[in-house]
Amino acid sequence: MPRLLLHPAAKPLLFVLALLPFAWLVVGAFTDGLGANPAEYLLHATGDWTLRFLCLTLAITPLRVMAHLPALARFRRMLGLFVYFYVVLHLLSYSWFDKGFDVADITKDIAKRPFILVGFSAFVLLTPLAATSFNRAIRALGARRWQALHRLVYLIAGLGILHFFWMRAGKHNFAEVAVYGAIVSALLGWRLLQFLRKKRPLPMLVMRRQLSKQ
Amino acid sequence: LAGIPSNVPGAVTLEKLTSYKDITSYNNFYEFGTDKGDPAANAHTLKTTPWTVEVEGLVKKPAKYTLEDLLKLSPQEDRIYRLRCVEGWSMVIPWVGYSLSELIKKVEPLGSAKYVEFVTLADPKTMPFVGSRVLDWPYVEGLRMDEALHPLALLTFGLYGEVLPNQDGAPVRMVVPWKYGFKSAKSLVKIRFTDKQPATAWNKAAANEYGFYSNVNPNVDHPRWSQATERRIGEDGLFAKRRKTLMFNGYEAQVGQLYAGMDLKKYI
Repeated sequence: MPRLLLHPAAKPLLFVLALLPFAWLVVGAFTDGLGANPAEYLLHATGDWTLRFLCLTLAITPLRVMAHLPALARFRRMLGLFVYFYVVLHLLSYSWFDKGFDVADITKDIAKRPFILVGFSAFVLLTPLAATSFNRAIRALGARRWQALHRLVYLIAGLGILHFFWMRAGKHNFAEVAVYGAIVSALLGWRLLQFLRKKRPLPMLVMRRQLSKQ
Repeated sequence: LAGIPSNVPGAVTLEKLTSYKDITSYNNFYEFGTDKGDPAANAHTLKTTPWTVEVEGLVKKPAKYTLEDLLKLSPQEDRIYRLRCVEGWSMVIPWVGYSLSELIKKVEPLGSAKYVEFVTLADPKTMPFVGSRVLDWPYVEGLRMDEALHPLALLTFGLYGEVLPNQDGAPVRMVVPWKYGFKSAKSLVKIRFTDKQPATAWNKAAANEYGFYSNVNPNVDHPRWSQATERRIGEDGLFAKRRKTLMFNGYEAQVGQLYAGMDLKKYI
């Protein structure tokens, strides 16, 4: 398993896999395959995939520690960037299909509706994380500050779940919200436990250095 | 299920019909699941024969109608209505049925009857999501007596000239075209005349979001989204603009007088 994870094809393979949902949506949109309300389908699907990639990204560290698979660290950045990729598509779907790119209307909507405000805040907070994901940014910021900045992801995850919860609250439909909520709580809860036990996992940056030496 | 042309003003819009496929595959019918595709996938379990509808409460002639009695109670008419969902989408649907007022006349409501309550079947054996905590089952809806007597309020048995598919509320449902779609209860088993405003399913779940009246109104937003515009299912391409929502879903000329003097921002 560790050897497979270090295989040179592993990253390109993950990249292609992570693009599959997008490809599937594009094909669906052009072949009338997204049901009676394709705009709503795209909006919901891109939101779902944002949450799924967020869960995957947050799962990397607990998995690497519990399963003793340090090589998993190689994939975290790419998964994190796919969170941003799908949230951009989500925002684009909303702005385009729901609002016709009417900036005044969008601004009014963000100010007026808490669930839109929460979702938009999560997007805004995620932007500096995506923007500082390359190695030079890490060096420029310094590892400590970079890591502090990237802890924002815990807040972003909370906002994402709240956004989803509030959206579904309109129709009392919480089954899926509960699933994502439970996954994110478990992943963040694990970190909290590690913190309380003072058994901190090896920071990812140290991890990277060790891996690059291998 | 053949219908005759209707003489009721506003009964037939000339807009392009939504396709049969979209009308029967994109549904809100939470007894069968909360996804739009769930009712079409799950509603085959619903058993619509035999079927009876109990008419009870403040009426001179309470009765248990079999579906066969109801089908023959008054001539079936073709009505083409706009349907506006509270979620912000709309369809144009050719229904078959007759004015609920025909049934109301037969049972002779007492002077004390002020409201009509509609009760949907809640059978956990054939409806897999009855028992989920999404709503307080059975699904109950209601109208004020004058609304229920309005000729556009349709007791509905079919669409596109066929009997109702299960996912669209078979074998008999209400269609109240000037109100958001959820006001039109499906698969009716009980129609009750009362002197008190019925406690309706969505109103009980979230009174600030789903008022008892829930008339289509572009000027009163849902707390989570605007009601000023809607997306017409099937007709517009993915990139087409949403269309403007009309007051009372375009039936203002016919039903506006029912609400004269009422503050519609208060009575949502």
